[in-house]
Amino acid sequence: MRLVLAGVLSVVLVVSACGGSDGSSDEGSGGGDGNRTLNVFAAASLTEAFGELEKQFEAEHDGVDVRLNLAGSSQLASQINEGAPADVFASANEKNMDKVVEAGGVEGQPETFATNKLTIAVPPGNPKGITSFADLAGDDLTVVVCASQVPCGSATEEVEQATGVTLSPASEEQDVKAVLTKVELGEADAGLVYVTDVTSAGDKVESVEFPEAEQAINDYPIAVLAEAGQSELAQQFYDLVLGRSGQEELSKVGFGTP
Amino acid sequence: MTLHAELELTRGSFSLSAEFDVPPGTVLAVLGPNGSGKSTLLGCLAGLFVPDDGVVTLGERTLTRTPRLLVQPHDRGVGLLAQDALLFPHLSVVDNVAFAPRSRGASRVASREAARHWLSEVDAAELADRKPAQLSGGQAQRVAIARALAGEPDLLLLDEPLAALDVDAAPAIRGLLRRVLRAAGNQRATVLVTHDPLDALALADHVLVLSRGRVVERGLTRDVLSAPRTPFTARIAGLNLVVGVAEEQGLRTAGGFISGIPAPDVAAGEPAVAVFSPGSVAVYPEGEHSAGSPRNTVAAVVGALEPHGAVVRLRTVDGDGWAEGLAADLTPAAVAELALEPGTPVRLAVKAAAVAIHPAFGP
Amino acid sequence: MLWIPAGLALALVVLPVVGLLARTDYARLPELLTSSASLNALQLSLVTAVLSTVFCVLLGVPLAVVLARSRSRGVRVLRAVVLLPLVLPPVVGGLALLFLLGRNGFLGYLLDVTAGIRIPFTTAAVVIAQTFVAMPFLVVSLEGALRGAGDRYELVASTLGARPWTVFRRVTVPLLLPALGSGAVLSFARALGEFGATITFAGSLEGVTRTLPLEVYNQAEADVDSAVALALLLIVVAVLVIAVARPRAVEGRP
Repeated sequence: MRLVLAGVLSVVLVVSACGGSDGSSDEGSGGGDGNRTLNVFAAASLTEAFGELEKQFEAEHDGVDVRLNLAGSSQLASQINEGAPADVFASANEKNMDKVVEAGGVEGQPETFATNKLTIAVPPGNPKGITSFADLAGDDLTVVVCASQVPCGSATEEVEQATGVTLSPASEEQDVKAVLTKVELGEADAGLVYVTDVTSAGDKVESVEFPEAEQAINDYPIAVLAEAGQSELAQQFYDLVLGRSGQEELSKVGFGTP
Repeated sequence: MTLHAELELTRGSFSLSAEFDVPPGTVLAVLGPNGSGKSTLLGCLAGLFVPDDGVVTLGERTLTRTPRLLVQPHDRGVGLLAQDALLFPHLSVVDNVAFAPRSRGASRVASREAARHWLSEVDAAELADRKPAQLSGGQAQRVAIARALAGEPDLLLLDEPLAALDVDAAPAIRGLLRRVLRAAGNQRATVLVTHDPLDALALADHVLVLSRGRVVERGLTRDVLSAPRTPFTARIAGLNLVVGVAEEQGLRTAGGFISGIPAPDVAAGEPAVAVFSPGSVAVYPEGEHSAGSPRNTVAAVVGALEPHGAVVRLRTVDGDGWAEGLAADLTPAAVAELALEPGTPVRLAVKAAAVAIHPAFGP
Repeated sequence: MLWIPAGLALALVVLPVVGLLARTDYARLPELLTSSASLNALQLSLVTAVLSTVFCVLLGVPLAVVLARSRSRGVRVLRAVVLLPLVLPPVVGGLALLFLLGRNGFLGYLLDVTAGIRIPFTTAAVVIAQTFVAMPFLVVSLEGALRGAGDRYELVASTLGARPWTVFRRVTVPLLLPALGSGAVLSFARALGEFGATITFAGSLEGVTRTLPLEVYNQAEADVDSAVALALLLIVVAVLVIAVARPRAVEGRP
């Protein structure tokens, strides 16, 4: 009975969490030669870089279908701990990777494969003339940040502590894309996001970098999962990400090297 | 107040064309089968539709003059009583009846007082505090009548008011309507739409017969019903009517006694009519006597023989007592067997059970 | 043999909730539920959901009557439009509200320039988002009831001398009360559970725009136990409201 319940619950969770994305549940990672599926659970900020690596990996491995499940790291960690079929997990912070490690879900040790740091996203042309982190404390500014429970939010808090500048945001969004959207739509004068997010947003927003961002460097760990149905392929994908071409793709979209 | 209406209206393949007057204090019955345009006609009078072409006036007021509806339904002073009582389910009986006075601006107390008066008029005073869901069909219709009257309408529209009642409740409500519609001194014009000639007979002064949107016949109720001039009217409304004075088990006429079954609202000694259909009249050669159940028999002379659908309708011209102008339906074979032709003397017989005695009114 | 699909349907609704109950950390429940973030979210949710329901009723009843009673052809199109919030993903609904009432939206720009009013990131934005998504529930249940009842009572009332507004007030609305009650309960439940449109249009800030569902989502990032506890609270509130309001609504007494 417990098993059935857990199954129903995790299906509901996965279905609701994945929304429109490719899903990850149907035949899992089974299948014989020439028709194998590799399920990669990756933080949403990795969308562009991992999209490229997916193509590369599929080109190099005949008959392998890489399925990317892109969502918030904590959602992905919950899904993995609830038994969602996953071979590789790339998290946007160590905290969520640790949740999976604690649950015994990781094969070996996670490895940091990229770093990210905060920047100030402003509408094109920087209409409010923001030049520093301290400028964000201005009264007449609508500033949007991440909630402290998500990685970009805790990074924001660290910067606040390091600089002694206290922000009074209009909203604490649930993920960095939501912050970016508010800036893109012009609802917010500024938002604190990752460097990579500004890169992927193209010319819809501009980035105002600030030195204090170095106080809160975010490490991205990757790991092969214990329950991986395709542990060999998973190891190869892991190697690709940490290898030279993987690092090139990541730096193209703004990630730093560990 | 006199109602005057001229209506022309087309809806798809159906068209209605009618023109009529209803003098104050009188009742006009619009008689016709389903689909003949009766409800459309009522809708035009109530102000629910605008005819394509036409005028409706009530007394001095012009209610409709195409292309415009000059007076909205709520300002017309029109009361509507439909087949279903349509009592507002969320209001008590007394508040249902008080609805019209209240809508006209009377205070709550005054409206309730008026409502209690009208409820006692329809013998429903004891129902005042009930909810409509707690009433029988007949009780609900009683209350609906009180509600329509409480608005003190200048024009009362009755849309098949007895059609939804069961056979036990209908005669009492018919009697009640008779009483309130014919109450002395009222100046109200009433239009009654019905498919039942008995309703027309019991309630209306005049009849207008509608067939596929056209007026095919009109006149005094008794004339139209007893001597239809068109086969259509004869088919839906051809009834034998004999006037007289009600007695315990029948009707005393100038030409003799007719046994029948009196309606509940018939009082002995009051003017009444005996009603029976042509199909219930049996025809025998002169001098022959029938036996069996109690019958009314009378001598008569054949006046005319007309084909009438599958049967032949015989009309008498002359005879003893009440036999004048009666209609009887026979099969063509019976006509041949009896060698009937105009001038043939015959004997007519009607079972007492087939004769209904109703109160009569008017001239 | 209806009980097999009926049982399945019930299982689909109930089992996930049972799963939730099974996962709840009851020892920490009081502490989790009485944190100031939880209480703020609960209070905000109740206030905004009640306000949205009131707006749904005030605006939705006339709309349902117009839709049900109008004979014009354009109404068919209108009816489909009214249902849009039901089919739109709530996030898209939130974006649509931003495009209208946001700082760069045409109405929002006007409000900002003329009156200095900015709607996004305010509690008002939460109420608007909830009203937007909950309105169809009220309109659909009312319109169904109106169509079922037809307009015969209204016709009778007008022949009894009642002006259109009196008819509406004394006949249409009282007859609608049962449907209005269930429609309002549905709207309230939908408003209470509203998430996507709120977070997109109003953002998420404790005490201002972070309603219970947003707080659940927020907590889920850090502490699943806390999120589960809050979800439980949301369920209890919803069940209470439905249990208390429903029987009275069905009875249909004014």
